[in-house]
Amino acid sequence: MQPHIEVPYQQCLSIKGQALTGLSENQNLILQNEELLKDAYRWMTLTRVYDQKAVALQRTGQMGTYPASLGQEAIGVAVGMAMAEQDTLVPYYRDHATFLLRGWPIRDLLLYWGGDERGSAGGPVQDFPISVPIATQSSHAVGVAAAMKIKGEANAVVTTIGDGGTSKGDFLEAINVAGAWQLPVVFVISNNQYAISVPRTIQCGAKTLAQKAVGAGIPFLQVDGNDFVACYDAMQEALERARSGKGAYLIEAVTYRLGDHTTADDATRYRSPEEVKEAWSKEPIKRLQTYLAEQGWWDESQEKAWQKSCDQRVEEGIAAYKTMPPEPAEAMFDYLYEEFPEVMSAQLDLLYRKVERMRAPDSVVDELELDGLERDDSANDESLDEE
Amino acid sequence: MDTNKSSAQVHEITMVEAVTLALAHEMRVDESVVLLGEDIGPNGGVFRATLGLREEFGFKRVMDTPLAETLIAGMAIGMAGHGLRPVAEIQFMGFIYACMEHLVSHASRIRNRTRGRVTCPIVLRAPFGGGIHAPEHHSESTEALFAHVPGLRVVIPSSPVRAYGLLLAAIRCNDPVLFLEPKRIYRIERQMVQDHGEALPLDTCFTLRQGDDITLVSWGASIMETLMAAEQLSEQGIECEVLDLATIKPMDFNTILKSVKHTGRCCIVHEACRSFGVGAEIAAGLAEHALLELKAPVKRVTGFDTIMPYFKNEQYYLPSEQDIVAECLELMTF
Repeated sequence: MQPHIEVPYQQCLSIKGQALTGLSENQNLILQNEELLKDAYRWMTLTRVYDQKAVALQRTGQMGTYPASLGQEAIGVAVGMAMAEQDTLVPYYRDHATFLLRGWPIRDLLLYWGGDERGSAGGPVQDFPISVPIATQSSHAVGVAAAMKIKGEANAVVTTIGDGGTSKGDFLEAINVAGAWQLPVVFVISNNQYAISVPRTIQCGAKTLAQKAVGAGIPFLQVDGNDFVACYDAMQEALERARSGKGAYLIEAVTYRLGDHTTADDATRYRSPEEVKEAWSKEPIKRLQTYLAEQGWWDESQEKAWQKSCDQRVEEGIAAYKTMPPEPAEAMFDYLYEEFPEVMSAQLDLLYRKVERMRAPDSVVDELELDGLERDDSANDESLDEE
Repeated sequence: MDTNKSSAQVHEITMVEAVTLALAHEMRVDESVVLLGEDIGPNGGVFRATLGLREEFGFKRVMDTPLAETLIAGMAIGMAGHGLRPVAEIQFMGFIYACMEHLVSHASRIRNRTRGRVTCPIVLRAPFGGGIHAPEHHSESTEALFAHVPGLRVVIPSSPVRAYGLLLAAIRCNDPVLFLEPKRIYRIERQMVQDHGEALPLDTCFTLRQGDDITLVSWGASIMETLMAAEQLSEQGIECEVLDLATIKPMDFNTILKSVKHTGRCCIVHEACRSFGVGAEIAAGLAEHALLELKAPVKRVTGFDTIMPYFKNEQYYLPSEQDIVAECLELMTF
């Protein structure tokens, strides 16, 4: 039998979009904040439109493998909205909503997933780039948090992770030191129920992922990850604690990945249509939209105008992505070390020669190749000696 | 900051003391330099490389971490990304493999992937190599694993003076540096080290002895046997040029090439396993660029492609002065 651990669970909006009773003062304040909630709704819908277009770009061969955040927009937007500009985000790869809120241009996000390193050049100067290896970002986040503490900054770090990532040592080592050193870091688990195809239930034997914080000695909370109000309230409290020197916090946002793991995945192999249908009934955007509409804060004409604006914004980003001139090949050398090590100059020369060969018209390439064959046949050819 | 060379204190110290001296110097002149690792606080590190630094610089700059090497590497990356210059100690190189993912996947490439927005000025220090009768997993020399990683610098000092100067350079470098300290020579000799704050150049090998007959290339603890072999060969009329590679990656191959073109013979000495290593890289470069200048095949005196024996037999594994002399005599009679 598992030891009994009380894991608080927080939800503010019912799955049908009605405010629940018995909420805290802050939760009620959020529920009454028309502009805040409309803003949240706008970011969630923008993220969804961006996601759909990104998947379409991949499907039409205009972008690389892409992990959509379909269904996880509420927690992503809550993280982005609750963070202050000077806080630091140390993200995982499915944080598109938060990236948009942190100011990453759509063009740059597309560049990143389109295989161009310049995609990670933008964004807030202190935020970390996307981490593709799983859970390593947790360790980086506690390093940033330790640096903040050493420097005496009153800022916080937010680091995100999927449910699968919490099985890894990096995550456990990071929450351990965050507890021991009272670091200003908020760990956000986006528990979307699947690590590619492996369901949460066989990923980990604990009843909740939040309770992993017990062993680290840090406070924890489970929230309905599809409920923006609950997520935002939790993030506000966690960030406030962190910024005021009270230490780390762990939030498990219980959500559901409505799409595939990435565009290279086919989730129908391991999930039933019934399960996905049931998950759609709890999705975050419809839920908040219903609430807004019932308050009289949102109507069909606003919806139409906003959708049009989202389309336009994403299309502009796509156009900027498509017209971005390619980076020169030597950029791989330019950014490897701060200063180019002279001892690598022979390799740079090899690259220049390769680029020249690639730029040569087909006929010239053919000639060069023939030339090479002829040279091979004539061992005494002086041109062999040329460096 | 003590920039006045003439007034700089001169210490007759061992290599491990030179490490401490360099750390203390840089911590005094640069507030962003912080240390983290296991047992580095009151204990001063298992080899005492950080002795006294907690007392001088306090808890915020000399941090005892939980016993978790992966975390140490990852935290250092986070600290570096937030404006600090962390110098992390991994107690023994045998425990460094847990850091591998952070070194390969993040530290070495974060500048490149962010086009310079986020950089990683970390130093990861680790004692390494055999010859001190240490337990299992404490005696290997696996520098080649790290030298293979683009974006990392791998630096190995071979004397107190070079430990001081190269460590200063490593800390000031805005890229990640793996600073491997050959523990067999931590306390074997004392040198006069001036605490003047002057770094030695990275990416450069040092010519320790000049000669016309054979180029001997080595690094770390093996420099000791290499220099002794050169002395012995000199008594037999064979003059060796001895190069200390110092920065393993990026490698100063041009200096090696120039020397080998002059001597026509090359013997590479390293403690690490024989195959797929740094010695093989040098030999391949010489085959590519100096074939016609070679008077004899390139030789390697190395450890074997075996598990490093436990300490009762480690002397059979480690390259000795006699091994080097024997190979060099063969080179001269080829």
